[in-house]
Amino acid sequence: MTELAQDKMTTLREFMADAAGRQYSESYLIAVLHKAQELFGYLSREVMDEVANGLQVPAAHIWGVATFYHYFNLTPPGRYTISVCLGTACYVKGAGQILETLQQHLGIEVGEATADGLFSIQQARCVGACGLAPVMMIGDKIYGDLTPEKTVSIIEEHRRMAQKEL
Amino acid sequence: MKKMISIFINDKEYKVEPEQTIMQAADKLGFKIPRLCYHPKLSIEGACRVCIVEVEGQRNFVASCAFPISDGMKIKTNTRQLRRARRDIVELILDNHPQDCHICERDGNCELQRLAAASGIRMRHFAGERKRYEQDLSSEAVIRDPEKCILCGRCVRMCSEIQQVHNLTQSHRGFNTVVTPAYNLPMAESVCTACGQCINVCPTAAFLEHNYTQELFEKLNDPDLVKVAQFAPSVRAAIGESFGMPIGSNMEGQLVAAMRNLGFDYVFDTQFSADLTIMEEASEFLHRLRNNGKLPMITSCSSAWMKCLEQFYPDLIDNVSTCKSPMSMQGAMTKTYFAQKMGIDPKKICSVAAMCCTAKKYEAARPELMFDGMRGVDIVVTTREIAWMIKSAGIDFVNIKPQQPDSPLGLSSGAGAIFGTTGGVMEAAIRTAYELYTGQTLVDIEVEGVRGLKGVKEGSLTMEGAEIRVAVAHGLGNACKLLETVRRDPQRYHFIEIMGCPGGCVGGGGQPYATINTIPLDDESLRKRAQALYDLDRGKTIRRSHDNPGVQKLYKEFLGQPLSDMSHKYLHTHYKPKLPVGIVPREAKRIEVKE
Repeated sequence: MTELAQDKMTTLREFMADAAGRQYSESYLIAVLHKAQELFGYLSREVMDEVANGLQVPAAHIWGVATFYHYFNLTPPGRYTISVCLGTACYVKGAGQILETLQQHLGIEVGEATADGLFSIQQARCVGACGLAPVMMIGDKIYGDLTPEKTVSIIEEHRRMAQKEL
Repeated sequence: MKKMISIFINDKEYKVEPEQTIMQAADKLGFKIPRLCYHPKLSIEGACRVCIVEVEGQRNFVASCAFPISDGMKIKTNTRQLRRARRDIVELILDNHPQDCHICERDGNCELQRLAAASGIRMRHFAGERKRYEQDLSSEAVIRDPEKCILCGRCVRMCSEIQQVHNLTQSHRGFNTVVTPAYNLPMAESVCTACGQCINVCPTAAFLEHNYTQELFEKLNDPDLVKVAQFAPSVRAAIGESFGMPIGSNMEGQLVAAMRNLGFDYVFDTQFSADLTIMEEASEFLHRLRNNGKLPMITSCSSAWMKCLEQFYPDLIDNVSTCKSPMSMQGAMTKTYFAQKMGIDPKKICSVAAMCCTAKKYEAARPELMFDGMRGVDIVVTTREIAWMIKSAGIDFVNIKPQQPDSPLGLSSGAGAIFGTTGGVMEAAIRTAYELYTGQTLVDIEVEGVRGLKGVKEGSLTMEGAEIRVAVAHGLGNACKLLETVRRDPQRYHFIEIMGCPGGCVGGGGQPYATINTIPLDDESLRKRAQALYDLDRGKTIRRSHDNPGVQKLYKEFLGQPLSDMSHKYLHTHYKPKLPVGIVPREAKRIEVKE
């Protein structure tokens, strides 16, 4: 484990110790998993094992909760997380096609990350930019008035950006 | 007494006790509302909606398993709309099910099949998408077939509530919901103790034992092999059910005859090694008692319990007897003592065990139990598998002329017979330990205190003025309770028996499925099976393990004496912690493992 990951794990343990001291401590499971995802970006087996020990909740139960809620990622997110809005306005304006383009271009499904770890795709339900529909977000930046071609060029732009940074 | 209240079922008034569900009240009044996910020993799930009834004033049908009665409640259980809704519900379950009944292992023994027939489904109205999953065949003992699963959740509740192993969960959601171990691990890598109780409560075939019948048929056809069988005490007490015999019929003689008919050259009895186990275990206990050894000593016969111990109670490993299980002792004696006596190359012996248990398949494959580079038992089949083989071979099991097991490893005392039920090992051990310790014969050998189906039983006896306190637990959940007591108060008991399955081996994960009028693992069935073994014990002249002349001869000719070097080589073993990180049942205690 890297030093950074160690620090994160310490933060998580402190958070759990606080929860474990309270009444009905097992009911803090979802809050703890939120915290874990906030720290690590996703819920690895290692992290869920840690939560099982910290809260004394069986790992099978944690697995049930973590897989039930779409919010929890079970695989590491890509460097760029692409959230495609599938809200009503975007959907009417062809968001389905945008999503399909992304999936084809990157060769991954929603919830997955590319093998090089650069991109992952998520679905979003309205990001409050209906005037720009259809939209997607990469990180916290919004890209609007998308077409399949424009989508591909934005992705390739990010790929070049990442190559420069590395 | 509680004040009785009035309810109306199908317009007729009944006086019933308050504070129960509609289903509970209706059951006592002679109604049997169709049901699926409900099991009386498990928590209420309310998942399947098959048990719906109409309650006046309620907008929708309600699930009778989960809905409490109230004074003046008007309930209808059998209206046209209800029958139709129930039929649709079952039909929708069926639609997402393989519908390959005629090639399914549970054909004719499946609750879903019976329910479909009772609901009057005679044609398919729906044709939707069906879930697709690979079978999980990774485990030697318990396999998973999620396509057959109807998500009733009984296995999950059994595993967490009764057994407290918490291996299973319903993961994902909606159409993608599937019952899996944590992290979607294969069963072989999970914390599954292989007890097989998920199989017992599954209404379909989503959980099954790993079937070895084809391998066994192959071996039985191999003329170069010497095929040697053994069968567990509780197999004889239950196998009759697979052939329509009343629950609790002792079919020992028929089983021996049928197994010879199947092609076994020698049919021995695991009860012989149950007696052998008692010789070793009682001696070990007395050794610990006299030499200030680790107490309480805990029995080690149950393979599911042994895996549970290694995973969740590693701090108690030194408390557990080093004795192998009777099955493994029998296997070891078959390939050493018996092979030598008969001049057979042990490598040519195919050692087969018919067991009430799925975990025995796991145990037989454990590397720790090997000796001279061999497994003691090569193939383990469950009661269900051996029953099927007998049927498949065309043997008239019920009418076959009973036969005796072979000597020298087939002779047993009554103490060996009661091994198959909870409290039996303790009772058998007391009969022998008392005599070994005091030099006097225990007169009153039936130890009532350790019999019966109470979760944790306690008793005590006096040996030369010293009080020996004993406890017995059956089912891993009850074992957890007892072991927590031991952790808090290690002085409280001297000797503890633990069996992994409810009722002990008679309720094993490999026993025949519940038949049409019984509920899986109901107490009445367990009691009847146990009674068959107690009757067998009473019918024997020899009722103490140390009086078994076969065992005496074995010590004289081969082992020397209990706890000898030979005994340690072949009949004892050691267990090591297996710590599945993070996967803990409630209140489990972690210990540091020194690498």
